[in-house]
Amino acid sequence: MKKLKFSWSNAYLFLIFALLYTPIIYLIYYSFNQAGTMNEFTGFTTEHYGALANDTRLIRIALDTFRVALLSSLIATIIGTLGAIGIFFVKQRKTQVSLLGLNNVLLVSPDVIIGASFLLLFTMAGFRLGFYSVLFSHIAFSIPIVVLMVLPKLQEMNLNMITAAKDLGANNWQVLKSVIIPSITPGILAGYFMAFTYSIDDFAVTFFVTGNGFATLSVEIYSRARQGISLEINALSTILFILALGLVSGYYFIQQQQRNRKRKLTNIDPTNHQKAVSP
Amino acid sequence: MKKLIQLAAMILGITSILYISSLYVDRSEGSASSDTLNIFNWGDYIDPDLLDQFEEETGYRVVYETFDSNEAMYTKVQQGGTAYDLAIPSEYMIDRMIQEELVLPLDHSKIEGLEHIDPAFLDLAFDPDNQYSIPYFWGTLGIVYNDKMIDGEEIKSWSDLWKSKYREDIMLIDGAREIIGIGLQTKGYSLNSKNDEELTEAFELLKGLAPNVKALVADEIKMYMIQEEASIAVTFSGEAADMMWENESLHYILPEEGSNLWFDNMVIPKTAQNKEAAYAFINFMLDPEVAAQNADYIGYSTPNQDAMALLPEETVNDVQFYPTDEMMKNLEVYENIGFEYLGKYNDLFLEFKMLRRD
Amino acid sequence: MTSKQNRVLFFPYFIWIGLFVLIPIGLLVYQSFIGIDGAFTFDNILTYFTSATYLIMTLQSFIYAFIITLITFCISYPTAYFLTQTKRKDLWMLLLILPTWINVLLKAYAFIGLLSQDGSINGFFDWIGIGRQQLLFTNASFLLVATYIEIPFMLLPIYNAIEEIDSTLLHASRDLGASSWDTFKTVVFPLSLSGVRSGIQVVFIPSLSLFMLTRLIGGNRVVTLGTAIEQHFLVTQNWGMGSTIGIVLILLMIIIMLLTSGRKKEARKQ
Repeated sequence: MKKLKFSWSNAYLFLIFALLYTPIIYLIYYSFNQAGTMNEFTGFTTEHYGALANDTRLIRIALDTFRVALLSSLIATIIGTLGAIGIFFVKQRKTQVSLLGLNNVLLVSPDVIIGASFLLLFTMAGFRLGFYSVLFSHIAFSIPIVVLMVLPKLQEMNLNMITAAKDLGANNWQVLKSVIIPSITPGILAGYFMAFTYSIDDFAVTFFVTGNGFATLSVEIYSRARQGISLEINALSTILFILALGLVSGYYFIQQQQRNRKRKLTNIDPTNHQKAVSP
Repeated sequence: MKKLIQLAAMILGITSILYISSLYVDRSEGSASSDTLNIFNWGDYIDPDLLDQFEEETGYRVVYETFDSNEAMYTKVQQGGTAYDLAIPSEYMIDRMIQEELVLPLDHSKIEGLEHIDPAFLDLAFDPDNQYSIPYFWGTLGIVYNDKMIDGEEIKSWSDLWKSKYREDIMLIDGAREIIGIGLQTKGYSLNSKNDEELTEAFELLKGLAPNVKALVADEIKMYMIQEEASIAVTFSGEAADMMWENESLHYILPEEGSNLWFDNMVIPKTAQNKEAAYAFINFMLDPEVAAQNADYIGYSTPNQDAMALLPEETVNDVQFYPTDEMMKNLEVYENIGFEYLGKYNDLFLEFKMLRRD
Repeated sequence: MTSKQNRVLFFPYFIWIGLFVLIPIGLLVYQSFIGIDGAFTFDNILTYFTSATYLIMTLQSFIYAFIITLITFCISYPTAYFLTQTKRKDLWMLLLILPTWINVLLKAYAFIGLLSQDGSINGFFDWIGIGRQQLLFTNASFLLVATYIEIPFMLLPIYNAIEEIDSTLLHASRDLGASSWDTFKTVVFPLSLSGVRSGIQVVFIPSLSLFMLTRLIGGNRVVTLGTAIEQHFLVTQNWGMGSTIGIVLILLMIIIMLLTSGRKKEARKQ
């Protein structure tokens, strides 16, 4: 009985995987299409990959996109995590709710509005548009999602741990470092991941605040779409996707090995009965 | 904590590797020259080979940035913070930018080759004497149909779109002035009408078109028509040329009532830092051979009459794309109708969209 | 934690709130009082609340966002729950988020390819004998694609919340003789509510203002507040009206937040 149920849940998961990956596989499949469109498959070719290799503009844009995404989500994660801790320790419930409200404003505002108001902001400040304006905007709109990812972890944290640590003479920094941060690590990692996703995904905000030759992939894809999306973009996405797939699974397996090693050690330590925290 | 710091360090490491490689890519492009020209143009609206050729001939380095709507471009130029030396907006936007002094007057002594342009496309109402802009491409708004599903004899004018047999068959371009304009022209009014009664009449008429509309889309119209997702579409001539290139069953017609005539012209925005380079580029694009190559690549109609001689005859003789003078008479250029009426057109268009709720 | 140290640590966050939240809200409020001609006016707000077009549009956006959130939740919750019970759950989770990294426009085009008249899905329909259907530009396809885009954003917070549930609680529940359904109902689900809440927040509110999909997949048959905002900002350049709708969205968000936090209190009382 138990076995059967388990396989049902696996079947469900399989279905979800299939749903989420169908469009991706479709894109990858057509990146090898001889005809220049995603319409009809006429024959196998790698010419789009060749065209991509010669398209230095696109390659540079891809590099810039990842630079902005990695960096902005890192900074957003740091600021957002500290912000979430700040919100969590606010005593008055009202202040907490209003802070959260402010936090969520950027999540709910349509991209066009965020982009336009950031553009106003940067130009009012006399800021030159380009890499830094894009970076700051991405940090800005990624912070709230980090806060939303970290906050639930804080709420689940065992507050007695902090009291205990303080009674043992730990100062605030030590409490933060050895009690709070470890117990919210999964939230921080999830926050980074989401921030990265938002950054990679964004078109409207980036469009408004970019300038002087700096562009990200989504801006480039949108403006190229006027002539129909070329399969070169499919080819690029295929490569990036496979790269990401490799990185993610590689990172996971390294982590796994490290953790297995660590777990053996921690199991012996009788004081460490707090549940092992997984990323 | 230690793990997080390690991760952060790793991310910083990757970031610097990315930065170094993008510098490397830049260098391999051979762009040591600091003399750059910043072009702000529609995406994929120039033959990239021509940019290379321009760089080679003049020694300027081209930085090419793209926008996807006139209004988005306007916002960027108006707000500043950028250094575009040359932009290619459409006529109504040029009109507005002239009024708001966002474009610089051209020094015609620095422009060579204006004589190649057909005089019919010079000295137009939106820019008298071409003080601010030089024609790049032009075109019309018309109807594309697929001869597998539609008899070409039955569709000649805007009013044919209302035929009840075309239920759920038509794709329209997602533009307020275009769609309200169809209503106005079918009623025999001007595209630039600022008469509330005329607008109401046009809107009432358009209500009857709603059941025939399958979708209101933008650039994707091209892909949909090539895939034969719909049998009729209302779109711009340049887009139509692209579609017909991909799918031979498609045909473009200019409606009998007349239509919109649009221009995309080169201007020097007030943000320009390198005007010399901008003039060099304008002169380069005026060259008939360059213009012909560009027109061949993009598929839009060129205003350069000497370039037309270099294009394949079947292209130039196609009256749907290079209409006769007779047909040109019915075409109307969008004027800047002012904010108040732009707002009204837009509200009517939103209402039109809402009509089509399922 | 003492406030002094707090201040230093949270300084960047508050700077962020000031610069990128308060100032933009200020600009938005300011602009909502500016008419299309650049003069001070209350017209935008009046127009919004008196025009049937905008009110219907708001209602419609609300309904669509609600349906999208509901479907997304119904799909994501079991997924998150089942995932936590698998081996290598973190890896699977990462792999489920990964498709989000592919550009939305590109994925939308892939869906167009799948759903079009000659598309793979219609090919399948043809093969099983249903015959080709008009799939694009229907509510169903719009909801499908919108849900597709939003699933990962709902999945992650729920997954994290379930993951965090102390496994000793589950053991205890089982030891006390609860069936797995009872355990789920009385232990897992209540404890995962914080994740559900964040999930709803990050899905519902952006769904109110979806705009690109409404055109690409919905063929503008679905008109949401996002469509209107995009048109006001990018076409008419009537930033005043656009800002007014933006403020309405922010108010809606506050209402949603109050509603969801109210639910939390009840849960605590129980």
